[in-house]
Amino acid sequence: MANRIKIKKGLQIPLLGQSEETLRGRVSSELVRICPEDFHGITPKLAVKVGDTVKAGTALFYDKNQSDMFFASPVSGVVTEVERGEKRRILHIVVQADKSTVYEDYGSKEIAALTAAEVKKSVLDAGIWFLIRQRPYDVVAAPDKQPRDIFVTGFDTAPLAPSYDFVLQGQEADLQTGLDALAKLTAGKVYLSISTKTKNKGLRDANNVVITEFDGPHPAGNVGVQINKLKPVNRGEVVWTLNALDVVIIGRLFNKGIVDLTRTVALTGSEVKQKGYYQMVIGTELKSLFSHNVTEGISLRYISGNPLTGHKIDANGVLRAYDAQVTVIPEGDDVHEAFGWASLSPKRYSAGCTYLTLKKKYRLDARLLGGPRAIIVSNEYDKVFPMDIFPEQLIKAIIAFNIDKMEALGIYEVAPEDFALCEFVDTSKLELQHIVRTGLDMLRKEME
Amino acid sequence: MKALKKYLDKIKPNFEEGGKLHWLYSSFDAFETFLFVPNTTSKTGVHIHDARDSKRTMIIVIVALLPALLVGMYNVGLQHYMAVGQDVTLLTKFIYGLIAMLPLIVVSYVVGLGIEFAMAQVKKEEVAEGYLVSGMLIPMIVPIDTPLWMVAVAVAFSVIFAKEVFGGTGYNIFNVALIARAFLFFSYPSKMSGDQVWVRTADTFGMGGGSVIDGYSGATPLGQIATTDVGRFGEFTFQGITGQPLSISDMFFGFIPGSVGEVSTFAILLGALILIVTGVGSWKTMLSVFLGGLVAVLLVNSFAQNAIMEMPVYYHFLLGGFAFGAVFMATDPVTSARTEKGKWIFGFFIGLIAVAIRVFNPGYPEGMMLAILFMNAFAPLIDFYVIDANIKRRARRASVTTVQ
Repeated sequence: MANRIKIKKGLQIPLLGQSEETLRGRVSSELVRICPEDFHGITPKLAVKVGDTVKAGTALFYDKNQSDMFFASPVSGVVTEVERGEKRRILHIVVQADKSTVYEDYGSKEIAALTAAEVKKSVLDAGIWFLIRQRPYDVVAAPDKQPRDIFVTGFDTAPLAPSYDFVLQGQEADLQTGLDALAKLTAGKVYLSISTKTKNKGLRDANNVVITEFDGPHPAGNVGVQINKLKPVNRGEVVWTLNALDVVIIGRLFNKGIVDLTRTVALTGSEVKQKGYYQMVIGTELKSLFSHNVTEGISLRYISGNPLTGHKIDANGVLRAYDAQVTVIPEGDDVHEAFGWASLSPKRYSAGCTYLTLKKKYRLDARLLGGPRAIIVSNEYDKVFPMDIFPEQLIKAIIAFNIDKMEALGIYEVAPEDFALCEFVDTSKLELQHIVRTGLDMLRKEME
Repeated sequence: MKALKKYLDKIKPNFEEGGKLHWLYSSFDAFETFLFVPNTTSKTGVHIHDARDSKRTMIIVIVALLPALLVGMYNVGLQHYMAVGQDVTLLTKFIYGLIAMLPLIVVSYVVGLGIEFAMAQVKKEEVAEGYLVSGMLIPMIVPIDTPLWMVAVAVAFSVIFAKEVFGGTGYNIFNVALIARAFLFFSYPSKMSGDQVWVRTADTFGMGGGSVIDGYSGATPLGQIATTDVGRFGEFTFQGITGQPLSISDMFFGFIPGSVGEVSTFAILLGALILIVTGVGSWKTMLSVFLGGLVAVLLVNSFAQNAIMEMPVYYHFLLGGFAFGAVFMATDPVTSARTEKGKWIFGFFIGLIAVAIRVFNPGYPEGMMLAILFMNAFAPLIDFYVIDANIKRRARRASVTTVQ
């Protein structure tokens, strides 16, 4: 019987706009855009130039410091544009997609017959190594460091998140192959965390893994929280993290020999008229999903990802590399609310009891609803931070860049997404995820 | 409201960089965000935000202070008219108290907010709302007869040296309202203590004129028991200003001499309820202050040598600033311990030390202010040790796995 862990701290934000579990079809776009800034911790170097023909799975770029780590093109076609920003940083690479995709053939392989090194090389060569991230630093995993364990999260508790049970229907074989591949890559264990509500057999009856059930509000689905409850990361150790949807992509590589970066994406949010699940590769332009399908007359915020950790895109934006959800909410910059601090309006949502809370779903917009202040209220972050770490003191240590203090307080265990709820409830409206990301990047530069 | 918003948007460029009134930008921003919720949207990180902000938090504290303020104002009038031996309506008493308090409140806010606005402009930041609460607390803890110029000097001293030099709201070590009170207490002791300052006997703005009755004594109950010759508590009676005996009900509802905020335990408890229900004040701190006081009183009762040492615990809670300090001063999140375990220790020692000062030093029948300031200095140390336990646990976990 699987171990059950109850998460007591956290917050389930009641947002309007949950998607119905219907698969509406496949979405493709003429142009597909890959943004290397999605992949933290790597410095991209182009492997193609404008005008080159690529297949799905051909390397578009590789990491400057690990030249065997490639990044695959999700579609076949012609590279039409490489846009650079300041200091010649690559902003995005655009591929004009063929009508039907031609895949690079990497050959389907039997996991049991391979060594760990062969599995690793297969994933690196195929250009999908970026699916594996690591703690500390929450960056793309360094392939040369041996991980103590690998943690896979089998559910997503973020607001409006897709149901893994629904998405993984029919993909159980690929999931198992992916898990088998991961089991080869570590001398330790592969931990698969599922929800008490998970029904999918591929998750519940997975082999080669240690299954743990989690029960509780968001962020119970965050892999960082799961690691902290199961087997925390210590100084000097490395663990790898993935979510189950990405493990399926790895499984597809070994079962079918191709790089199929198709995701089943949930279109969610209070401003979407017809929500649902759509299949598309990463980098697909989303404007066909939005046209005539979103509220008109007000300014909108388009998000690739969930409203807590997602990336702001515009109406012509693309699905970013790690996301399985697209959200549309009101922007709010045209709203003029008077005397908000005295408001008894039932439209205002607050996690605590400083406003009236009713049992309903809320339509929240992108306003900060306050100005930035120093940290005043205590215990606010702790209420939504279930890890055995003091979040406020860790944030202060990061701001001060006190390395000893950060290490002592557990910086190696956290990722910016773990602080997303803290940033949501923050009375002082600080940009906590940005602070943590900057701190982790600076610390990694210091340490390496 | 739309027209007002349009007007503000029209004049805003004057206050921004390059405009001729750019040196007033922080003040403009403060008034604009007072009237309208800022509609800046998030640039990085989370896209949605909780509706609670600093303004909401401070307003809730002010709402929690209102019962104590209103009852205290009524009591100022009640004590005055008892002192001059006149029989008037409830409303008259309340209005007298209101116009007696108003100058104190106005001076406190004008001086305090003036300094805050100026400092925010110098730092080129938004005006923080911390002083909204301190500005209301200060008039409620000083004697009603405090000269206005003293209040102004104390507020200026406290806001500059106990708050702004540290960096403003969120950075201060000591409770701003209590530093103002302590400044007054140590600089002008004759005006701050004794039995002449707690009841206003003179008329206010022409209202309530009259001559003080014979047998009038303005000593507070704590002041009486601290200076009494009576040896046993059982033989002692608390007296009101006309010499009438004070009942528990008088003390609970707040019809005794004292500062406006501290007299009504009933109103303070209402405020405590508001703070706890909204989650703005920590019930752990409040409860542990009372527990610390209880332990101290029981200890002191056991080897009591005079009347004040024999005083039972509920008198300690009803009299003086104990309850007010426990609910509104100790719970100030910036100056109290920030860890949950730390709050228990912090509050406990406040209660303990407050009772100890009251009972052992007849010069200070009011120990709450000093106890809280003392523990404010120790709050970071308490937090340090609580966090250190977490740090040690993490380090031990790391060394255990490497040994394996």
